[in-house]
Amino acid sequence: MMLIPCPWCGPRNEVEFHYGGQADVACPRDPDAVSDAEWARFLFFRANPMGAFTERWMHRAGCRRWFTVRRDTVTHEIRPVGAEQERAVTV
Amino acid sequence: MSGSFRLAEGGRIDRDRPVAFRFEGRDYQGCAGDTLASALLANGVHQVGTGIRHGRPRGIASAGAEEPSALVQIVKPFPEPMLTATTVELRDGLEAHGLPGQGRLAADPDPARYDAMHAHCDVLVVGAGPAGLSAALAAARAGARVVVADADTEFGGGLLGSGELLDHAPAADWVRRVTAELARGPDVRLLPRTTVFGHYDGNYLVALEDRGPDALTRQRTWHIRAREAVLATGAHERPLVFADNDRPGTMPAGAARTYLHRYGVVAGRRAVVFTTDDGAYPAALDLWGAGAEIAAVVDARPEAPPFWARRCAEARIPVLPGHAVVGTSGEEHVTAAHIAAFDPDSGTIGAADPQACDLLLVSGGWNPAVHLYSQAGGPVAFDGAAGAFLPAGSVPGVHPAGAASGLRTTAQCLSSGAVAGVQAASRLGLEAAAAPRPETDAHPVPKGRPLWRVPDPDTEAPGARQFVDLARDATVADIGRAVGAGLTSVEHIKRFTTVGTGHDQGKTSGTLSTGIIAELLGTDPSEVGTTTFRAPYTPVAFAALAGRERGDLYDPVRVTAMHDWHVGHGAPFENVGQWKRPWYYPRRGEDMEAAVLRECRAVRTGVGMQDVSTLGKIDVQGPDAAAFLDLVYTNMMSTLKVGRIRYGLMCTADGMVFDDGTVMRTGENRYLLTTTSGNAAHVLEHLEDWLQTEWTHLRVHLTSVTEQWATIALAGPRSREVLARVAAGIDLDNAEFPFMSWRNGAVAGRRARVCRISFSGELAFEVNVPWWHGRHVWEALYEAGGPFGITPYGTETMHVLRAEKGFPIVGQDTDGTVTPQDLGMGWAVSRKKADFIGRRSFSRPDTARTDRKQLVGLIPAAGEGVLPEGTQLVETRVLPEPPVPMLGHVTSSYRSAVLGTPFALALVRGGRDRIGQTVYGHVGDRLVPVEITDPVFYDKEGARRDG
Repeated sequence: MMLIPCPWCGPRNEVEFHYGGQADVACPRDPDAVSDAEWARFLFFRANPMGAFTERWMHRAGCRRWFTVRRDTVTHEIRPVGAEQERAVTV
Repeated sequence: MSGSFRLAEGGRIDRDRPVAFRFEGRDYQGCAGDTLASALLANGVHQVGTGIRHGRPRGIASAGAEEPSALVQIVKPFPEPMLTATTVELRDGLEAHGLPGQGRLAADPDPARYDAMHAHCDVLVVGAGPAGLSAALAAARAGARVVVADADTEFGGGLLGSGELLDHAPAADWVRRVTAELARGPDVRLLPRTTVFGHYDGNYLVALEDRGPDALTRQRTWHIRAREAVLATGAHERPLVFADNDRPGTMPAGAARTYLHRYGVVAGRRAVVFTTDDGAYPAALDLWGAGAEIAAVVDARPEAPPFWARRCAEARIPVLPGHAVVGTSGEEHVTAAHIAAFDPDSGTIGAADPQACDLLLVSGGWNPAVHLYSQAGGPVAFDGAAGAFLPAGSVPGVHPAGAASGLRTTAQCLSSGAVAGVQAASRLGLEAAAAPRPETDAHPVPKGRPLWRVPDPDTEAPGARQFVDLARDATVADIGRAVGAGLTSVEHIKRFTTVGTGHDQGKTSGTLSTGIIAELLGTDPSEVGTTTFRAPYTPVAFAALAGRERGDLYDPVRVTAMHDWHVGHGAPFENVGQWKRPWYYPRRGEDMEAAVLRECRAVRTGVGMQDVSTLGKIDVQGPDAAAFLDLVYTNMMSTLKVGRIRYGLMCTADGMVFDDGTVMRTGENRYLLTTTSGNAAHVLEHLEDWLQTEWTHLRVHLTSVTEQWATIALAGPRSREVLARVAAGIDLDNAEFPFMSWRNGAVAGRRARVCRISFSGELAFEVNVPWWHGRHVWEALYEAGGPFGITPYGTETMHVLRAEKGFPIVGQDTDGTVTPQDLGMGWAVSRKKADFIGRRSFSRPDTARTDRKQLVGLIPAAGEGVLPEGTQLVETRVLPEPPVPMLGHVTSSYRSAVLGTPFALALVRGGRDRIGQTVYGHVGDRLVPVEITDPVFYDKEGARRDG
């Protein structure tokens, strides 16, 4: 059971969180300006690395805020990312 | 006297407290402090059960949790299947019998209680032997919050069974002193009888505390989050493999030593000791000292260790270096060991000479218990000198110590434990120092020479009686067959031979099988590796894992304000998420079908009422609420006037229908959304995701108000008359209060918001009142409807009525692959809005296909019954050769009172172009003809909604 550092509530058990997959997958600003292939890439394609992965979590049973962490997919070691990235994927 | 193999004194059992027990139908006596195994050995009983595949007699092959063969079924005081005799505490009245390799669940329900405990600590010490106690002492003295867990009934670990001296006094005195100091510590929790069975991410360890049949809760599962974990889990002695090595009376040398020192039991009168490791010698000498005759110490190494050879000579114990035990005699009990000259370098054996004995002790060295370390992600590496896999590398916050890290002497274990305790405390920023180490025996560090198996004198079926895994009855010959079949991976060979898959998960057989596989493949054990060390370390009952979370407490149950009324009126309930919803209200003698047809008829011709409080409700507030809703719904919400309601459809970004419901504008900057009952939490999360990560500029707040509003649907042509009787202040006239609008007012004297929404196509109202008043208003409406024959109806009738109108239910008629256009709801997709979630995907080539599956109606041929939901639809009257092209499937299917025929909704490829065609439903082994129709079966023009 991972101990996930919620930037708002502190470290909490994994069961309190909802996983959000790869972080920094921004919705294209103008969807009509991208090709079908590019749109499909936004919808369906995600990285699946062995090692460091930047991903999103939501503290469902706590503050209900989405945030971003960097997790090693092998060791499950989690490090917070910079404060400006914790709070939102894109602004 | 509790058995003729019990010494008059010594051991940690209480001879003044005899314990009567029954085994295999015979009465025996043991002592308080015995295990079932030690009590049986005290009575000269070695055979416990039989092997799982070959039925051969099996005995006691350890003194602890690693036991591979002494399986027992407990009958009394509490039926338990398949425990190891070596870990069952002897109790008065205990009744047990041996097992043929596997147990049976008791037929009686389990009356015991189980519970869960949660703890946080600075340092968790697993194992309370010399290493664990030293670590705990160092950490506790540094001021750390410490938890010490040990599987045994008392602390001390290996010290309890070795007869060693610490500071010139019995080691148990030191154990008692340290335990007492720890117990006095303000932040120390001691957990005896507690097996840590799993080590998970972030030092989350799970343990089982066995509190015994007399405790209020029999077992407790501990969930411990530790900042640092010291793993002082000890080691298991490795057997040696030779022909007929499974006969009862054969056990590891260290186990016999434990039975002697801990339980005052000499396991045999005349013993042969077979070893490749120095560690067996003290066991031989201790047994000799206790009066047993040692027929020989057979050492497979060319030379015996000089220190121990000298001690044996003093005791006149014959030592045979360069020899091996190659076989045994006996049936239920070993009667002789067959000793032959052996050259470990060439692997040749001489002629065997039987040596009479009733106890055969073996030692192939020690395997550190690296299970938890490996589960924590720690790598293990094969050590050629030890012949075992030892912890390698490091895991932050995890400290293997003592025998678990491959150390052999008590002095080493004490030191390494202290170091681990100091390191753990230091990592926490505490100032720690190791206490002075107690003085120990000055024996040389034991050495060994790894040996997995000796040659089999049986040349006709070599290896067939050389047992590697006693729990699975797997032999050298079995592994040979696996390797012969071309398998080289230890994981594949495990599955082929089942070696290591027994209740003990290969604690004593794992490294052995790796060694034998390596020999057969002509490679090194380090190349072969180990199988994965998975939790649980020892078997755990499901009841203990479930704890109190069973029956009514298994999962939260959500009920509405009117729930007790529904129960009182005989409704069975349907589970919708965690909600209990009334399914239908059967009258006396009615089955479900009759009740539902009656309820449907009442709504279509008179008036019915339904509790719809479970619909999800989200309050949306903020200056950008309208802009936000335009982005999340496919249709326009900003143009909705205050006081009006609009149906809304939500998609995910891929353009697939995600949820639907109504949107009520309650103010300039305020809306109330409803969602489907089972999807409310998901919708809220979906909306929050977009708000927090994509549209952070929007000033909008979302609040779940599902449980703030109790909601009653009043449906049917007489609904207006019923409502009028209790809502005199609200003008219910069609012109004043049109369809898809809402009004505030009093209903049955309670503040209410009344909506004109219909999910049945009939004239209908939804009355929303504060949850607290739900029951009162429900009863008032029921009473007001009495003269009109008002009929409460459940979810089944609601489903039939909406299906007759072709209204899809998200999650039943959709499955995440269905677009609004597929549902024929293109009318709900705005063409005016610049953007909304899912819009871009509608022009993706796959989404824009014209032959997608579309929602249609189905009418089975006359005389056919209701089609099962999920029925596959095919094009032809006769099934062609597979693969059969599928057209689609039935998503909803009911009997209809108003249509007079069964009907269904279905998703069918290119379905709208097939209206009027006949296709076939595959039901059982028949193909049922069905006609494809428009999905709206009833009141297509919508004439009934205004009454």
